Amino acid sequence: MTLPLFFFYVFSAIAVAAALMVISAKNPIHAVLFLILVFFNASGLFMLAGAEFLALMLIVVYVGAVMVLFLFVVMMLDVDFASLRQGFLQYAPIGVIVGAVLLLELLMVAGSFVVSPEVTAAAVLPLGGVDNIRAIGQVLYTRYVFLFLGAAAVLLVAMIGAIVLTLQHKSNVKRQDPVKQVGRRPSETLEIVKVKSGQGL
Amino acid sequence: MDFILAALDYLLGIPPLGWGVQVGLIYKALLLLVSLLVFTAFILLADRKIWAAVQLRRGPNVVGPFGLLQSFADLIKFALKEPVIPGGADKILFLLAPLLTATLALTGWVVVPVGPGMAIADINLGILYLLAISSLGVYGVIIGGWASNSKYPFLGSLRAAAQMVSYEVSIGLVIITVLLCVGSLNLSDIIMAQKEMGLANMIGLPQLTFLNWFWLPLFPMFVIFYISALAETNRPPFDLAEGESELVAGFMTEYSATPYMLFMLGEYISILLMCAMTTVLFLGGWTSPIDLPPFTWIPGVVWFFIKVSMVFFMFAMAKAIVPRYRYDQLMRIGWKLFLPLSLLMVVIVAFVLQLTGWGWHGGMA
Repeated sequence: MTLPLFFFYVFSAIAVAAALMVISAKNPIHAVLFLILVFFNASGLFMLAGAEFLALMLIVVYVGAVMVLFLFVVMMLDVDFASLRQGFLQYAPIGVIVGAVLLLELLMVAGSFVVSPEVTAAAVLPLGGVDNIRAIGQVLYTRYVFLFLGAAAVLLVAMIGAIVLTLQHKSNVKRQDPVKQVGRRPSETLEIVKVKSGQGL
Repeated sequence: MDFILAALDYLLGIPPLGWGVQVGLIYKALLLLVSLLVFTAFILLADRKIWAAVQLRRGPNVVGPFGLLQSFADLIKFALKEPVIPGGADKILFLLAPLLTATLALTGWVVVPVGPGMAIADINLGILYLLAISSLGVYGVIIGGWASNSKYPFLGSLRAAAQMVSYEVSIGLVIITVLLCVGSLNLSDIIMAQKEMGLANMIGLPQLTFLNWFWLPLFPMFVIFYISALAETNRPPFDLAEGESELVAGFMTEYSATPYMLFMLGEYISILLMCAMTTVLFLGGWTSPIDLPPFTWIPGVVWFFIKVSMVFFMFAMAKAIVPRYRYDQLMRIGWKLFLPLSLLMVVIVAFVLQLTGWGWHGGMA
């Protein structure tokens, strides 16, 4: 047993255990935190596979941003999981079907590695001594440029959609204009008055 | 058993004993840890002293000469007091949050090259690693605020979550502009690029290294990074997560004794990490400002220390001088000002580099 293999087992064992905890935890916050742990270990596995850029991006994007917002929402929503579990058995058949399909697909992928080694050979990109991020940069903006632009367009549309859904213009609300507030000068708003004692203004 | 021996060798090996090929990782890590903790103790004192000096007070001056031992007295006090855990708190998460904050802050220091070749892990994607670690800092705050099971800590943690995620974006874009100029994500490469190319070389005075550093050509980004770093570490004037005028002490309200100390420690170490990041990205890391004998005799570690202290002085002055921001203005600066500005700068810098062929080409400059 070598050191990477040892770490592989450590990361995968924690990832699987944490994934089980995600679906079995009673408290939704705990479930989200366990999901973060899963991401962390997945990132460790990426690192072991030599995909260090992917590993760090997983942490920056998913753990650092997406999961924070997720946690934010779960904290605010106050989900009652007990009532959610009421109709659990009703949806069980669909869940079983989806799970079975996923398992089948995973088995097919894993099986293809064993049955035909040439599939594995095709999957490994020849990096040729270039480090990870450089290799991604070389193909992302050349060979996959249209896919890249397509993904960007999808994200842009999603972003605009989210903004349109949440943006509200209420006409009867007094809004603050920071530019105006910061731009105020004492000469416009203050007046120094000499008041004689006993007289008032 | 081979891998255990290899691991032990990697961790504990010492060259004189002929056992390993390098000084063991544990010794380096311990050295960094201890010096970092001592540095933090004095930085904490410096913060209070600077704050006091601006307000014409004396600051802590009782424990030791000039109050130099104040932080150590505080440490002993924190460690000896009883940690109070609120009855309704989620006990495990309540204690996990400060641990997470302190550990993550320390973890980031692994990749920082404090001197020539002196990073514990000189990894290829060093700056991305730093970004990842600093983006995780928000979890300690959120978990701590939620686990306290109390109004004000929760409000504080919600504020912190939105604030830290927002400023993460502009920090990322600032880092990208620097990376465009360097062409590498390795922190040592970023420092070498600032040493070997830049304005000083262009005007024919390569000895004036401080003109080479990125703070000059990328000055707007330097300012954005400095302000974003203040916001990212919840430093005043952006310390709304613990604004004592509205939220008692924000997410730290329910904390006491050692857990509180860990929060405090984590906060200051991540502030130092941000100072170190500023130093590496914009102030040339461990390089001396002028490449002539009296300056080059001083070792790189000392220069790094001096620069980090100077950046921290700027942090402390901001705390002393600038009044606390309103929350909506904070979000406005982050999203409506810094994000478009830094995006624009990424485009401009990329254009300029492409058109002029400037930038670092692996030491050829």
